[in-house]
Amino acid sequence: MTATQAAQPVRHNATSRGRVTPTLMVYLALVVLLVVGSVLVAMRGGVLLDHGGILNILTRSTVLGLVAIGQTMVILTGSLDLSPAYLIGLCSLIAAETMAGDPGMVVPAVLLTVGFAALVGLVNGLVITALKVNAFIATLGVALIIRGYLENTYTGPAGSVPRGFQHLGYDRIGPVPLSTVVMLVIAVAVWWYLTRTKGGYHVYAVGGDAEVARLSGIRTGRTIVMTHVLCSVMAGLAALFLVSRLGSGAPLVGADGGYDLESIAAVVLGGTLLSGGRGGVAGTIGGVLILATLDTVFDDLGVTPFLKDVVRGAVLIVAVALYARSQLARRAR
Amino acid sequence: MAPIVRMNGINKRFLGVDALKDIDLELHAGEVHALVGENGAGKSTLMKILAGAHRPDTGTIVLNGQLVSFASPVHAQRAGIAIVHQEMTLLPDRSVAENVYLGREPVRRGHVDRARMQAATADLLDRLGERGITPRTPVRRLPVAQQQVVEIVKALSMDARVIAMDEPTAALAEHEVELLYDLVGRLRADGIAVLYVSHRMREVFDLSQRITVLKDGALVTSAATTEMTPDQLVRAMVGRPLDAMFPDRAKTRGPVRVSVRGGGNERLRDITIDLAAGEIVGLAGLQGAGRSAVARALTGVDPLTRGEVEVDDRPVRIRSPRAAIRHGIAHVTEDRKGEGLALRQTVRDNTMLVRNAVFGRSRIDVDRLLGSVGLAAGRTGQEVRFLSGGNQQKVVLAKWLAVAPKVLVADEPTRGIDVGAKRGVYELLRELACSGVAILMISSELPELIGMSDRILVMRDGHLAGELPAGSSEEAVMALATGSGA
Repeated sequence: MTATQAAQPVRHNATSRGRVTPTLMVYLALVVLLVVGSVLVAMRGGVLLDHGGILNILTRSTVLGLVAIGQTMVILTGSLDLSPAYLIGLCSLIAAETMAGDPGMVVPAVLLTVGFAALVGLVNGLVITALKVNAFIATLGVALIIRGYLENTYTGPAGSVPRGFQHLGYDRIGPVPLSTVVMLVIAVAVWWYLTRTKGGYHVYAVGGDAEVARLSGIRTGRTIVMTHVLCSVMAGLAALFLVSRLGSGAPLVGADGGYDLESIAAVVLGGTLLSGGRGGVAGTIGGVLILATLDTVFDDLGVTPFLKDVVRGAVLIVAVALYARSQLARRAR
Repeated sequence: MAPIVRMNGINKRFLGVDALKDIDLELHAGEVHALVGENGAGKSTLMKILAGAHRPDTGTIVLNGQLVSFASPVHAQRAGIAIVHQEMTLLPDRSVAENVYLGREPVRRGHVDRARMQAATADLLDRLGERGITPRTPVRRLPVAQQQVVEIVKALSMDARVIAMDEPTAALAEHEVELLYDLVGRLRADGIAVLYVSHRMREVFDLSQRITVLKDGALVTSAATTEMTPDQLVRAMVGRPLDAMFPDRAKTRGPVRVSVRGGGNERLRDITIDLAAGEIVGLAGLQGAGRSAVARALTGVDPLTRGEVEVDDRPVRIRSPRAAIRHGIAHVTEDRKGEGLALRQTVRDNTMLVRNAVFGRSRIDVDRLLGSVGLAAGRTGQEVRFLSGGNQQKVVLAKWLAVAPKVLVADEPTRGIDVGAKRGVYELLRELACSGVAILMISSELPELIGMSDRILVMRDGHLAGELPAGSSEEAVMALATGSGA
């Protein structure tokens, strides 16, 4: 077989040249946003990308980034997860209450938190694949169950983390928070998983066409369950970062951050198809950075929260409309 | 020489209906075996049994001298039997190589060995003499013919010794068919057994060494291609007595109600049709020839982009179903449950659906309307999904009667309903015609089409191949539809 390799004819591939992928579009948009934002902030006498500004953008990106990475995998299989926000709240409480200020309990608490998150992901996945409940409803149901428990059991923050654990949230390498570095390392790992491993290939196949995947011998149910487990684990990690910054667990820390819908928005903004099968983590991180930058710019400009949401909504719609257009143009070729 | 595959006494029933009756089939290495028959003759079912998608009720499959039984298509693939589907089973957003090795990706040290995957795909493409395809190209960007090549490469990558092709030319343009011929020739030269399902005469005679004809689930004849003439083949495919269950034909033809001049769109070209009051015009053709496309164009579902349309001598533009309905064109769709009815609503709601939606709410006597299509008055409050297929179709007809159409386009109006109900539909259509409606009827069942039609238009490859008078033979229709010129 390998003998023919040398004799292989030159294959022309004119179509791959000069193509603007959604991922490229996202990062171009990010650059434009940074430039425009810098100018706007400068006009008000400020500096967007000074030490504090960069720190602000990266800190905002870290927690959302983690959740969005998990959400990317789930959405690529054609599923969806609406439960991360409340799960983050519950996980923050599990972590903080288990630690209860005792440095010796950090490791058990982290393991317990991640393990519990994984279990919730398993439930999500099994309800979707085994009980055949639509992902929207299944994860909404799980989210409501968690919310009910939180509201019934907690009235406010609880538990406390030892000082040592707070390093995770506050330590920096230059202007870059340690937690951001961890998030980016995870992003690279997931990127590698999706683009280089068999399991990752199957994620794309299931989202592209579940029936085709099934007939090709891929265990579609297992693939979907696994992405849900990973997604919930990401929510668990996000909770650990939040706890390390807050010093205690808070039932609504995830819901207040809007991590359920916001993570979906970041994934879609990053060019991943909501119906699955196309997209990736690189775009998602771009989407997260755009949302975080927008926030920071608006804060610097002192814009009202109302206008903030309006602009974010508009950006999301414009982005998805642009992707749909470029897709149409490609098909018409 | 012993055959690679020997299927023996295959029987299969679906919901009490015989889909296959006692079929024997042998496939030899380096031989193209054509499987032909009308729509619904059982070709696809037989192929699916071979490929492990269905299990036979009785009968055996012997592969390379061993008795086999496949639990799924994946098992059949592992045993060396691959199927190239009529509709593509590729992931459009994944590359050629990724599709070829889907579910069987080569792995090296924990990651997918992309270099090996692409090299192996390139080798297979070279083996087929296919130089225009790069393993890394997303399938979405390949033309349909090349996507089919990818399907075949996928089959070869599994070391398939038997490849079943289901109507492989259905989606291809004329010049692409040549490419497929070459490809099939090379598969033969490689000693692969090909089961070639088609109802295009020319391909069958050009490509095959052996022909097996199925009709109504039974094997009619199986012979070497050299021992058969196109005439004999057509007769074997259609030969059955014409039932005497059709109402009398029209005696007079009224004024033209709708006329299309030079109509065309993505699927159709150069369509010129006149439909007159009082007549039922049959539209024949093979699956994919564009019959439904004509229906969908006339009724605004997939509008015409070229040509002129006149209704009652007035030029009109039909760019949506709503526009078609406003101009008096009704559409009994092919897919009754998906497109014709709101299954969870009542008979009354369904009957009033179009009238209320397009012409505003108004009072009409629903019971009388339902009575005229032969539905008992007590049914009006019942949910449509609980009705039999025949009664559901009556509701569809009542729905259109409620808007008093000028033209009725009926796409497979008797699909999936029993013989008695069919007769009811025939009589209703004829009554409608007599009351001054122009009817265009599409049916894959030739006896029905011939029995009902005052004249028959035959389609082939998106255009009208010709017109035949009432009572023409099935052979004549098939000859026009397949272009065999017999």
